[in-house]
Amino acid sequence: MRKGVMRPGHVQVRVLDIDEAVQHYTELLGMIETDRDDQGRVYLKAWTEVDKFSLVLREADEPGCDFMGFKVLDEAALNQLEKDLVAHGLEVEQLPEGELKDCGRRIRFTVASGHAFELYADKTYTGKWGVSDVNPEAWPRGLKGMKAVRFDHCLFYGPNLAAVYDVFVNVLGFHLAEQVIDPEGTRIAQFLTASMKEHDIAFIHSDKPGQFHHASFFLETWEDVLRAADLISMTDTSIDIGPTRHGLTHGKTIYFFDPSGNRNEVFCGGDYTYPDHKPITWKAEDLGKAIFYHDRVLNERFLTVLT
Amino acid sequence: MVAYQVYNRTTGDRFSCEEGQSVLKAMESKGYKCVPVGCRGGGCGFCMIKVISGSYECGKMSKRHCPPEALENGEVLACRIYPTKDLVIECHSEAGNAAD
Ligand code: FES
Ligand SMILES: [Fe+2]
Repeated sequence: MRKGVMRPGHVQVRVLDIDEAVQHYTELLGMIETDRDDQGRVYLKAWTEVDKFSLVLREADEPGCDFMGFKVLDEAALNQLEKDLVAHGLEVEQLPEGELKDCGRRIRFTVASGHAFELYADKTYTGKWGVSDVNPEAWPRGLKGMKAVRFDHCLFYGPNLAAVYDVFVNVLGFHLAEQVIDPEGTRIAQFLTASMKEHDIAFIHSDKPGQFHHASFFLETWEDVLRAADLISMTDTSIDIGPTRHGLTHGKTIYFFDPSGNRNEVFCGGDYTYPDHKPITWKAEDLGKAIFYHDRVLNERFLTVLT
Repeated sequence: MVAYQVYNRTTGDRFSCEEGQSVLKAMESKGYKCVPVGCRGGGCGFCMIKVISGSYECGKMSKRHCPPEALENGEVLACRIYPTKDLVIECHSEAGNAAD
């Protein structure tokens, strides 16, 4: 049942070199730099997003993900969710308004897989980049690189998926769109959504907590994914795999790495889901096909290369 | 073009590495597979090697995989070292586990 969580709102990613990272996310992915703060963090957004930023880059001596944030309907929903998280036994940290520039107060909690998440209700509304709210043109001129449409989801690796499921489904009101089940009946992957998208967030089991697999950005068409692949070659960017199709979600995808080794995905398509849809199940024995629908074999790198 | 020889004494492979090129990139471009390839960005620890002899410059590497003690021992990430002399390297079979 929906509890007022609307959508992925932002992700803060650690990078080894801020200038190289900004270059990658603006020139290659086509995101727009919208601000910087006195901690040196850089704020970016994709052009169709209505709020001021969705990606925050922070220079650090190891790459990875600091946290992912979800935007909730309003302050009342935020207050209720905060109570529910505390009642569920989670420790909730308060981040005051302005800690992230132009973002309202956030609450942060860490789930049993070792990943930190945030909820917030307010962020400065800047509207879509380069187009008006009234009689908007189809797209803005001046977009660069892959012309990423929006920040879409993240995939995390970690333990205790059942406890994480409990928080996301029973406290935050997500529903399970797709899962991978091993022969003993244990869920080893869960694709969860607060929307009609097949995933707003996904987890794959791994014994080591807190690992970041990728941040993903939406493109409109398969042609756009092929063009992204061309750009990856033109810029000699580190490629992981693709263009190909996933079994899970059926999205058409390509994976590559930012200059600090954080994995990025751009994809198009993907199935839709409503809360009355039963979860789609993939068998762990067929994980190769579930992840790479064409190759039908997993590459080692997909399972083990993480930040 | 100045090039340096890299000898992997674990596998017996030898390849040349151009000035300014990372050891991992040189290996990949010559078609060798003797060091595991991950992110190619110093982030995942997959390409960990030990340099036995020679000299090199380092790019930025994740401190989690390359803390200062490791650096001192020549335990470095092949995607982020740039030879300035011929190198002899070792790659441990458990290199891939660095990411676990
Ligand atoms: S390949 Fe990831 S650190 Fe070198
Ligand atoms: Fe994805």
